[in-house]
Amino acid sequence: MTAAPPTALSNQEVARYSRHLIMPEVGMDGQLKLKAASVLCIGAGGLGSPVAMYLTAAGVGRIGLVDFDVVDYSNLQRQVIHGTPDVGRSKLDSARDTLAAINPEVRIDTHEIALTSANAFDVLGDYDIVVDGTDNFPTRYLVNDACVLLGKPNVYGSIFRFEGQASVFATKDGPCYRCLYPEPPPPGLVPSCAEGGVLGILPGVVGTIQATEAVKLILGVGEPLINRFMIYDALRMKFRELKLRRDPECPVCGDAPTVTELIDYEQFCGVAPAPAATTSAQDVDADDDVTVEQLKAGLDAQDDLFVLDVREEQEYQICRIPGSTLIPLGDLPTRLHELEGRDDMVVHCKSGVRSAKAVKLLREAGFKKAKNLRGGILRWIDVIDPSLPKY
Amino acid sequence: MAIQILIPTPLRVYAGKQDVVEAEGATVGELLAHMTEQYTDLRKHLYGEDGKLRSFVNIYVNDDDIRYLEKEQTPVKSGDTISIVPSVAGGRSR
Repeated sequence: MTAAPPTALSNQEVARYSRHLIMPEVGMDGQLKLKAASVLCIGAGGLGSPVAMYLTAAGVGRIGLVDFDVVDYSNLQRQVIHGTPDVGRSKLDSARDTLAAINPEVRIDTHEIALTSANAFDVLGDYDIVVDGTDNFPTRYLVNDACVLLGKPNVYGSIFRFEGQASVFATKDGPCYRCLYPEPPPPGLVPSCAEGGVLGILPGVVGTIQATEAVKLILGVGEPLINRFMIYDALRMKFRELKLRRDPECPVCGDAPTVTELIDYEQFCGVAPAPAATTSAQDVDADDDVTVEQLKAGLDAQDDLFVLDVREEQEYQICRIPGSTLIPLGDLPTRLHELEGRDDMVVHCKSGVRSAKAVKLLREAGFKKAKNLRGGILRWIDVIDPSLPKY
Repeated sequence: MAIQILIPTPLRVYAGKQDVVEAEGATVGELLAHMTEQYTDLRKHLYGEDGKLRSFVNIYVNDDDIRYLEKEQTPVKSGDTISIVPSVAGGRSR
């Protein structure tokens, strides 16, 4: 943006920001810095909600939001920028309304796109600071590399169950995400929040840390979370701080970088363009799959068809296929003896990813006729029994 | 000499659902070897097929990354805390 920096606040703005203005660390100069600043939030979800809401309330002049999702009931437990009436709306429309209600002085720019190597420079280039609230590795590495190459600070946050991480990457002389993790995990090895769950309040804590760091960077006050990696454990209510260093051999921000332009991040992360549910199942032939229709027919025809549910106990309590037996995937290796004598069996999970792993394991253990239920219990609910709750 | 190893949330399912395990050894490598003898499922999550620590798993002795110490030869002593810190995507996977 080339607009001239603001030189004064209106009387209304003075009233709004008075608790900032009377602090020496902010004051009129600081509030004008906030007003002149622009921050891009990647993702209007769990982390993006508190980040965007607090930065808007704080008076950051321009907030950008990147998302292309629609508000779903399962978002509301943590994505506090959206409300129940917003279910079914675009997340960006919903977020814009919330932010405008908090502070109409702030300009909200929405980018209803999937961030890609082709558009990242255009989108990120227009902002001072990027706040990473992404939910997947390809976008995370894309945002990191784009920030390093553009020289934009990247305020990072990540969440899983009761545990969060935060840091500030890609500042001058500071480390980047690749210094910490040069490569992503292969798909399927690390559980996602959809699989593992997340405490709804956790992104509130991590997102407010990110918002705090963004404001500190704008104001130039305090000690930013650079060269430091914050880990928050909500169950123990403990913050731990680990040391980070810029890796001189980092492929992006090192002394002799090998990545000097944006690459194909789906490929880098081993994610095929196909949906994630099928990529992890690739070790198992499609012949090993059964459809929910085939399972229903099988259950109707024979009483002793064995249905093995490899989800977790908590998921089993939400909904189950009648007559199924629960052995969570993690327990399966030590509980194989419980399956002795079971030859014909259909294995299922929520959507088919974990059960594909289970079928592979079962076949290696000699259960040659184990078959995977394609689409898992979600598909079962869609096609066979819509009375069951979906989660 | 038992030393505590903090297990991150995603890996607890492979460590008997515990958030802290104890293992013995004079170096990080010995500790991790002793730990994965007790919890064999952890092994493939920490080490690749080449036997090297996976690049998305970092090991810290207290607050220092072993990549900047002596890697797996980093000595450990009673009272040290070892942290396993894997990369976490957050949100849902696409």
